[in-house]
Amino acid sequence: MIRELSMVEALREALAEEMRRDPAVIVMGEDVGVLGGVYKVTDGLLKEFGPERVRDTPISEEGFVGAAIGAAATGLRPVVEIMYSDFLANCMSQIVNFAAKMHYSSGGQVRVPLVIRTMVGHGRGHGGDHSQVPIPWFMNVPGLRLVVPATPRDAKGLLKTAIRGDSPVLFFEPHLLYRTKGPVPEEDYALPFGRADIKRRGDDVTVVAISAMVPRAVEVHERLRDEGISVEVVDPMTLNPLDIDTIVESVKRTNRLVTVEYSPKTGGIGAEIAALVVEKAFDYLDAPIVRVAAPDVPVPVSPPLEKMTVPSVEAIMEAVKGILA
Amino acid sequence: MALSLNEMLQMYRQMLEIRRFEENIADLYHKGKVPSSAHLYIGQEAVAVGVCSNLRRNDYVLTTHRGHAHNLAKGGSMRKLAAEILGKATGLCKGKGGSMRATSFSDGVVYSCSIVGANIPISAGVGLSIKMRKTDQVVACFFGEGAANIGDFHEGLNLAALWCLPVVYVCENNLYALSVSQTRSTLLEDIATRASAYGIPGVVVNGNDALAVHEAAEKAVENARNGRGPTLIECKTYRWLGHHAGDPGLDYRTKEEVETWKRRDPVKIFRELLLSKGAAEENVGAIEAEVEEAVRDAMDFALMSPYADPKELLTDVF
Repeated sequence: MIRELSMVEALREALAEEMRRDPAVIVMGEDVGVLGGVYKVTDGLLKEFGPERVRDTPISEEGFVGAAIGAAATGLRPVVEIMYSDFLANCMSQIVNFAAKMHYSSGGQVRVPLVIRTMVGHGRGHGGDHSQVPIPWFMNVPGLRLVVPATPRDAKGLLKTAIRGDSPVLFFEPHLLYRTKGPVPEEDYALPFGRADIKRRGDDVTVVAISAMVPRAVEVHERLRDEGISVEVVDPMTLNPLDIDTIVESVKRTNRLVTVEYSPKTGGIGAEIAALVVEKAFDYLDAPIVRVAAPDVPVPVSPPLEKMTVPSVEAIMEAVKGILA
Repeated sequence: MALSLNEMLQMYRQMLEIRRFEENIADLYHKGKVPSSAHLYIGQEAVAVGVCSNLRRNDYVLTTHRGHAHNLAKGGSMRKLAAEILGKATGLCKGKGGSMRATSFSDGVVYSCSIVGANIPISAGVGLSIKMRKTDQVVACFFGEGAANIGDFHEGLNLAALWCLPVVYVCENNLYALSVSQTRSTLLEDIATRASAYGIPGVVVNGNDALAVHEAAEKAVENARNGRGPTLIECKTYRWLGHHAGDPGLDYRTKEEVETWKRRDPVKIFRELLLSKGAAEENVGAIEAEVEEAVRDAMDFALMSPYADPKELLTDVF
């Protein structure tokens, strides 16, 4: 039987294996060394690889992300941890104006093989500036790869591809799934970017779910199966590149599309996917596309209010039933 | 180590190249041949040349929007630089970066960061890469005094100091951040005093004296190369022209002030120094003729070069 790991363990394994494989890979960020990361993703790396390759940084996101860009441009492969994805705002200029653009603006001379790992959607009362799912911010920035894993297996295989690639990657790790266990192969493997995974086959509705919404969509698949509704769950796994072909193929079979994310709805991931599907498969749609997303509010601390900002299994089920009605 | 006369002649050549190059770019800008703005370096030549004369070919440089000079001083192709500034396909960056991002990577220019201060932490990371690859390279990071007030300056210098990285930070204090004078942006007289906040040496030097800059940088480069960490060198200088080629630069500065600084012409000062050290007038004159020819050739090359093919739009994104 295949072993089971949590996403944290799978990510840690990917980091350790890549660090063993390639001495150019280094890890840096706040509390990643002695503490092993506040979510323990980098736990044990300091012991195995030492303080040169596993660097605790001062609290200075713009500074150490900038430093990681410089290191990446001149021979290293830094993997940076940004403790909360909200803090991407603190290093936005380095990411958007430099990491994303140096290759293009230098006419292809400069390469920035940088991975920024970051936790999204804390979900435990940490409030508006510590709970965001800011993935869509970066969909409008050419030059960044965007990775949104939802299972331990996917997280490990995609992180390996991220580290081995030559382009800057933002790697979004859902806090809601950090401790969830799942099967992870023992052998070395890497998962390609730009290839969606159909998590469940179905005929009646296509549900494109992102990040922590994937297991909820899978649960919807299971629960509605008993009611005779067949839900296909598509997990794009990367948003740049986005495997729109797999989504469109699915919609051509089911003729209905629901998107599920836990970022705010306006200008979100679902908006982009819906637009693409309308452009490419309008004639196949039997019903208006439905977007399930967080409401357009900062995430509140109040437990019942916070819960309302993350689409529930029930909300997704309702959307699926609604589109079939 | 004292510079030989030949090394000094080479420095003079580079300073003059920068001067004539920038004058020609200004001319092309006013003729509408430059698609972007162009931030010119005239008056500051002693800094780029004084520092880069200590660097090896495989050492690194990071510069700014005012970075033509550092590309040239590091050995970048004048033709390709001119073509880049004109946005041409034959430019360093195929015309995609333009004046502000002109980058001669194969000559060690890692990038020209057109957002003020951004190259300061990036240079720390280049230093980290050097340290971890265990080479004896160094990186020189150029920025203006305006950059000393942005967070990147603090975060970058702190990291470079903390990790003892081989970086030479060169503040080209030309007294104005666009229109805002140093006295209206900080209470400090010397930016170099900020070095003490990071526990590293801070040095003030006459930025119009290429020899003085060279000597200050020599020590800083040697320290960096030998694992003794970064230095902040502040070079007091002045840009003769406005913030960019389209700015007369006189809304916020007096003509008298500009004229005072023009009398401290770093190229002229260095020429006189050369002659006093025994350089023959005819050798200096020959260099001057060669520079004129090289700059004219570079401008002709840039002007005659084509723009990028439309298919280039979508390449180099990843």
